[in-house]
Amino acid sequence: MKEILSGNEAIARGAFEAGCLVACAYPGTPSTEILENTIKYKEINSSWAPNEKVALEVAIGASFGGGRALCTMKHVGVNVAADPLFTLAYTGVRGGLVLVVADDPEMHSSQNEQDSRNYARFAKVPMLEPSDSLECKEFTRLAFELSEQYDMPVMLRSCTRISHGKSIVDLGERVTGLPQPKLEKDPAKLVMLPGNARVRHPLVEASLQKLSGAASSMAINRSELRDSSIGIITSGVCYQYVREVLPDASTLKLGMVNPLPYDLIREFASRVDKLYIVEELDPFIEQQVRAMGIDAIGKELISLCGELTPGRLRSAFGLPQPEAAPAEKLPGRPPNMCPGCPHRGVFFALNQLKAYVTGDIGCYTLGFMPPLSAMDTCVCMGASIGMATGVTKVVSAEEQKKVVAVIGDSTFLHTGINGLMDMVYNNSPATVVILDNSITAMTGRQDNPASGFTLMDEPANAINIPLLCKSLGVKNIRIVNPLDLEETRRVLAEEMERPETSVIITNKPCVLIKRDDVFQKGPVYAVDSEKCTGCRACLKIGCPAIEWRPAGDGSKKGKAYIDPLLCTGCDVCRQLCKFDAIGSR
Amino acid sequence: MNEQITNVLLVGVGGQGILLASEILSEAAMLAGYDVKKSEIHGMSQRGGSVVSHVRYGKQVFSPIVPEGEGDILFGFELMETCRSLPLLKPGGTVVANDLKISPPSVLMGQELYPDGLVERIKARFPDFMLLDGQQMAGSAGNVRAANTVLLGAVSRKLDIAEQHWMKALEKMVPSRALDVNKKAFQLGREYK
Repeated sequence: MKEILSGNEAIARGAFEAGCLVACAYPGTPSTEILENTIKYKEINSSWAPNEKVALEVAIGASFGGGRALCTMKHVGVNVAADPLFTLAYTGVRGGLVLVVADDPEMHSSQNEQDSRNYARFAKVPMLEPSDSLECKEFTRLAFELSEQYDMPVMLRSCTRISHGKSIVDLGERVTGLPQPKLEKDPAKLVMLPGNARVRHPLVEASLQKLSGAASSMAINRSELRDSSIGIITSGVCYQYVREVLPDASTLKLGMVNPLPYDLIREFASRVDKLYIVEELDPFIEQQVRAMGIDAIGKELISLCGELTPGRLRSAFGLPQPEAAPAEKLPGRPPNMCPGCPHRGVFFALNQLKAYVTGDIGCYTLGFMPPLSAMDTCVCMGASIGMATGVTKVVSAEEQKKVVAVIGDSTFLHTGINGLMDMVYNNSPATVVILDNSITAMTGRQDNPASGFTLMDEPANAINIPLLCKSLGVKNIRIVNPLDLEETRRVLAEEMERPETSVIITNKPCVLIKRDDVFQKGPVYAVDSEKCTGCRACLKIGCPAIEWRPAGDGSKKGKAYIDPLLCTGCDVCRQLCKFDAIGSR
Repeated sequence: MNEQITNVLLVGVGGQGILLASEILSEAAMLAGYDVKKSEIHGMSQRGGSVVSHVRYGKQVFSPIVPEGEGDILFGFELMETCRSLPLLKPGGTVVANDLKISPPSVLMGQELYPDGLVERIKARFPDFMLLDGQQMAGSAGNVRAANTVLLGAVSRKLDIAEQHWMKALEKMVPSRALDVNKKAFQLGREYK
């Protein structure tokens, strides 16, 4: 049967067909939908972990128990999971283990565009790279087989255009006859003490060498000889751009990017007059090909930054561009917090209090955007709290009062909790705001250990965040309603003034939350145009439901208008109006 | 069957139902026997940002994104976003646009005005231009939220995909309780002159 599947759906399907028993992940664009699709297969136990390190450790345990296991994450997630990954390479597996990493060249939804292929080489782990959804499915199946055959974890690298692109896939059946998982002790292989690890490391090198030899005859590494004047080595989505833009060129399509098939590369290079490497981001293939003593052109033509497109590839090869309409000068349309978002009032108050805000990763990173403009740093998941501690170590006592870390519930549980331990332990005077909206919102509203439900939608323990903070030793814990501007501002001001660690926890849910008993829309608000003086105070919160309507006489005058289809009745704008012009309809 | 690749761009604002429309189009193209690829960006764009979805079909499709300046049809759900994506279209390409303006943050806050004369600007560059009021037509089909399906109906006339495949795709992709309204909305768009 044929279906149109996204790369992420196809990876989930591939895991199902491969007989995978366990899938574990922390959500991260563009990888999130893989686990949201493995739940369609009841044979796979799918779960969200609090972070990528735990997700990989769960998959490792399932593999050591003898079952096939899938773990998925975005590129930066591998930074968090790197610790178990590097030693997993030494232990190898029992049941096949596949780690899917989805890169985000162009940073459509990420803070950096690191190239995960380097991790495969660094950690000494094989890596496959599919070029479309069909290959996503087939390569996932193959990755499980290779993992068991070579006793190694196998990485599968996707990217935004593969994970979120769709193409036609032939569905297959789930394999049967895999060994039944059971406990089996094998400490020499699975206990990585120096004595055991010293024995394992040479085995890893030998396996990689063996795999590199075998790779030259693997069907996924494919030499396609056409015009011999130009030969291009490429992989992943770049292969598609090469075929689109340079249809006559010979190509060596690499389905496995680590280890490289050296014999096949040498043979291909000998058949073409001029060799090019087309790859996004780092010169990963190029440097290894050059190290083989083969002359190749790569990053001289193609940028180290951003994603490739057919047009960019045309430019790189000096091909003519089609005559296109010039770009129109238009107002931008950046993303914005939703109408009724409970984060808005907090950032409004932080802006008013002129706080120095160490930020974190989530919807609330949009607190950076004007008019809220209340975020001063953002580095990685969980970093806000540690950064706040660090800032207070170097600035004056007066400036210390301005330092506030903001972090969401899911990000706090991901890696923020360690930062808070440190803040209390080392007695930082900073203030932490945990924006608890009861969901992992930015990636599309996933459950987490504090939301009370699992990925499979089963009721689960919900971590009590205030009690957790208390047990970490935080003495000053305040809970505020972020839709009450006066209360939010007052509590923030009090805790910022206090010369010891404080935690403020907001208690309103995300407006997009799926369970309808959690968020309820209030009465829709409207502006009384008789009373509205056009002072623009309500525009300072940047709510998408509030629109400035110019008087139309060329003056700066006008009035505010609330779109009844967008308003959720959060009441925040009413609190800003000094003229009592905003109220429920 | 047309062996050439047809490049369709669906553009608008997050939340307008663009992804569903592009799913229906992709499904219909597959049912008509074409190879199909589709690509778009999720994530940040869901929070009210610009959305561009690429759908390509033909005998064999390589790139999942439409090469710049090779779009055959631009299918705009919102006027400013339609105008923003014109550079993706080939000269002489077709524009089907929804007569709808959604103000971006800078306009909502009164810092900028929503640009004037967009329809004229589009028409001047792309004379093969069709403008329709998707919301009003969807309303007459029974639900203003089916505006994306009205537009899809209008675009469908420009594409080499038989009506039966569109109907099958709608049946597969649209929830059954909304199917009748969506079929009606699709027909209104398809018959619009």
